[in-house]
Amino acid sequence: MNRKRNTAILYASILAAGIAAPFVFPDYVTQIAMLWMMILFALTWDIAGGQMGYNSLGNIFFFGAGMYISAVVQISIFTNVRDYTAARGGEQLVLDYGDYFFSSAAGLVASAVGCVILAVLLGRVMFGMRGPYFAIGTLGVALSARELFSTWDLVGGGTGIAMPVYPGMPDEMSLVVYAGYFGLAIATFLTVKWLYSTRFGLAINAIRDDEEKAEAMGIHTMRYKLIAWSVSAFFLGMAGAIFGARTGYVEPMEVAFPTVTFGIFMVVMSLLGGKGTLWGPVIGATIFHVIKEVTWTYLLGWQWVALGVLIIVNVVFFQQGIMGWVQEKWPELFGIEVETVPDDAEEEAV
Amino acid sequence: MLDNLSILVSIAPIFNVQLFLDGLFIGAIFVLAAYGLALVWGVMNVKNLAQGQFVIMGGYLVWDLGHKFGIHPILGLPIVAILMFAFGWLLYVTIIKYVVTRDLFTSLLATFGIGLVVEQALNLAYGPEVRTADAGFGTMAFAGGMVTVAEIKFISFALAILLAASVIVFMKKSRMGQAIRATSQDARAARVMGIDTEKVYAFTYALNAAICGAAGSLVAMIWLIQPYYGVPHSIRAFVIVTAAGLGNLPGVIMAGLGLGLAEQYSGFVIGAEFQQATVVGLLVVVLVWRMIQLAKHRQVVQ
Amino acid sequence: MAMIEVRNVSKAYGGVQANQDVSMDVAEGAITGLIGPNGSGKTTLFNSIVGYHPIDSGSIKFLDREISDLRVPQIARLGMLRTFQQTRIYGNMNCVKNMLISMPHRSMGFFEILGKHTAEDIEKAEHLLEFVGLYGKRKLMAGDLSFGQQKLLEFAMALMNNPKILLLDEPTAGINPTLINGLIDRLKRANEEFGITLFVIEHNMRVIMNLAEHIYCLAHGEMLADGKPDAIKNDQRVIDAYLGAH
Repeated sequence: MNRKRNTAILYASILAAGIAAPFVFPDYVTQIAMLWMMILFALTWDIAGGQMGYNSLGNIFFFGAGMYISAVVQISIFTNVRDYTAARGGEQLVLDYGDYFFSSAAGLVASAVGCVILAVLLGRVMFGMRGPYFAIGTLGVALSARELFSTWDLVGGGTGIAMPVYPGMPDEMSLVVYAGYFGLAIATFLTVKWLYSTRFGLAINAIRDDEEKAEAMGIHTMRYKLIAWSVSAFFLGMAGAIFGARTGYVEPMEVAFPTVTFGIFMVVMSLLGGKGTLWGPVIGATIFHVIKEVTWTYLLGWQWVALGVLIIVNVVFFQQGIMGWVQEKWPELFGIEVETVPDDAEEEAV
Repeated sequence: MLDNLSILVSIAPIFNVQLFLDGLFIGAIFVLAAYGLALVWGVMNVKNLAQGQFVIMGGYLVWDLGHKFGIHPILGLPIVAILMFAFGWLLYVTIIKYVVTRDLFTSLLATFGIGLVVEQALNLAYGPEVRTADAGFGTMAFAGGMVTVAEIKFISFALAILLAASVIVFMKKSRMGQAIRATSQDARAARVMGIDTEKVYAFTYALNAAICGAAGSLVAMIWLIQPYYGVPHSIRAFVIVTAAGLGNLPGVIMAGLGLGLAEQYSGFVIGAEFQQATVVGLLVVVLVWRMIQLAKHRQVVQ
Repeated sequence: MAMIEVRNVSKAYGGVQANQDVSMDVAEGAITGLIGPNGSGKTTLFNSIVGYHPIDSGSIKFLDREISDLRVPQIARLGMLRTFQQTRIYGNMNCVKNMLISMPHRSMGFFEILGKHTAEDIEKAEHLLEFVGLYGKRKLMAGDLSFGQQKLLEFAMALMNNPKILLLDEPTAGINPTLINGLIDRLKRANEEFGITLFVIEHNMRVIMNLAEHIYCLAHGEMLADGKPDAIKNDQRVIDAYLGAH
């Protein structure tokens, strides 16, 4: 029907735009690649956040953990990690294409698997806390990781790990990174799109709406919470792995665990676009990223103030976000029925 | 680490006194900030993530008064408290008012946003250097120079006790104090009895800001302030309140002083670079501990 | 063997002995009632049975299995469901989805959870919605329904879960009299046609006398009397407890 065709056209155009972008705007490849990463950030946050009601302030932990896991695995294929990091970046690995891509792939897989395991272990503890305690607890985890990795010599402490050098030209690497982020973002979107249409999707919404009720109905709430967070961790870990490779070095404070930048952006973008919806995080991430890229350098120190104000305004006055607002205005578009006629023949009809 | 530990245990145990005193003095300030956090939390169910930034803001204000007008920090303290009170009231009326009734994540993020704005504004206004408000007092030495305590620290400790005592007396005796306590127990009943809960909420938030401002003035006097030092202070306050539980004043005092001691000791024994990690690590520990406690009663940490 | 066997259960709450040495049986296939003046400990006993909190002493068995050390979701998965006095439903979903999420998860494997709802699921959901008279409102957001309609939805959701027994916490509280008859009727039908055992706390005497086959009466935390409705209605101790309920 018309709707199905429109949706198909929408998806096709986005796909085409994504593929064409680096060739049409070669000067902005890095920024557009970051856009895909931001979309991934928002989508993964929203799984446990907007859809399940567990608002995490520490999802960035998986980003950094994945980064470190990938780096360590990749380097360990070629040399002793302890010696390598002890050289404090003095010795950088130079690999050929085959070695580079093989080890990167290994690192990517390791980061995904490792982060899922971390999500399950951490989740068992964190999901025993509700609401604001979960938020603060996860923030605490991310901040702790930041501190602890800074003191851990095996992974280079405060200096971090120097990543292997890309075997080709920088322009080429940018394209590869772009492809990585684009692919991951698409994979994330398709995964959550599918998830939200299953029984699982409904279950996590139930946990959000009334967890006690869900428990009283026999739903395995802990199981669902762990799965939801694992999905987030899976994609975040890989995103981190790519980011580490792209940056050229993995450092705990600003690169791996940027709690006050990316960590908070994740939340802000989802809220802006409309948490708890499929497209909300995508729209929010796009708008946020574009505006940020355009205005950041002009605001000269006021950008953080602007960000704080944005958070306040969004949270206080525009809670439902863009998609939420759209859903309220045009509910029919989303298959939501709203009763406009008051129920006079009230209860007997029932 | 073992070397440091042996200093404490065998080589120069007198040094324990140094750590103990330093821990107490700074812990007293932690208690103030924690009390304010618990106040707002208990009365309005708002978990003020901007608490630490208010503290630092107080510190900068007192420094500014000294820097611009030559006002001595101790005299500046009450002025700062009043200024912060007004600031807190303003924040309530413009922002907090709208989040009191909403879900907890809303108030958490809103106060987070406020904290972000405050610390960035401080950074823009004062620059990122670390500062202290010089109170110009000397240093006392004990035990043949092994233990040195800046005189200002004693004064700060006394002021902290004085402040805490005044707030407690205020809460018990004054009409507004009683109104606050009534509202925190049952807001609807308070309203029915004629208490203007809006005013109570505004006053509470403003009072908290004032307490933070005072605490910040003390921090500026005996420690260091820097625009981004807010978050650790917020975490400390949160750790103390979570460990002690709301409405448990003696618990807050013990936990606050205990935290001060813990930080001093860990900084000395494990190393200064671990101090931040200790604070944050304690946060996770306290939350998990509390969760286990509640699980015994089949409740959840809400 | 009764479906639920409560033996010598005691529970204290911060100094108050809410339940003292309470024993009772809930027979399978029947409708059992629990009454008592305010403060008699009905809710505490109810919450103890469903696993909301641990008990201080005694034993609670469900189908000959000790459940006093189990948690709410575990007990729910054994087939014991409860409704809430304030009526809890998932406000941000429509009625059909509320029904679908109420399908029994104890019988669902990992891959079923990752699958989509089948046409059968939806058909059963709509059938039950019709049973409670909410078919016409099935696409509305549950949060937008009236209180009485939400109560019926909660009831339908419980039925969707194929429970062995349903514990109802004051099912007619807050509902206008005309709806009450419809609710009693559906409760009876659920018991007779679907074979679901019911255990009901009630304040409304007319309702419980009409509904239950066996009634227990609590007072001051202790079991006062039990028997058929007629016997309880005329029991002087019960009358005294309600009249002198201070």
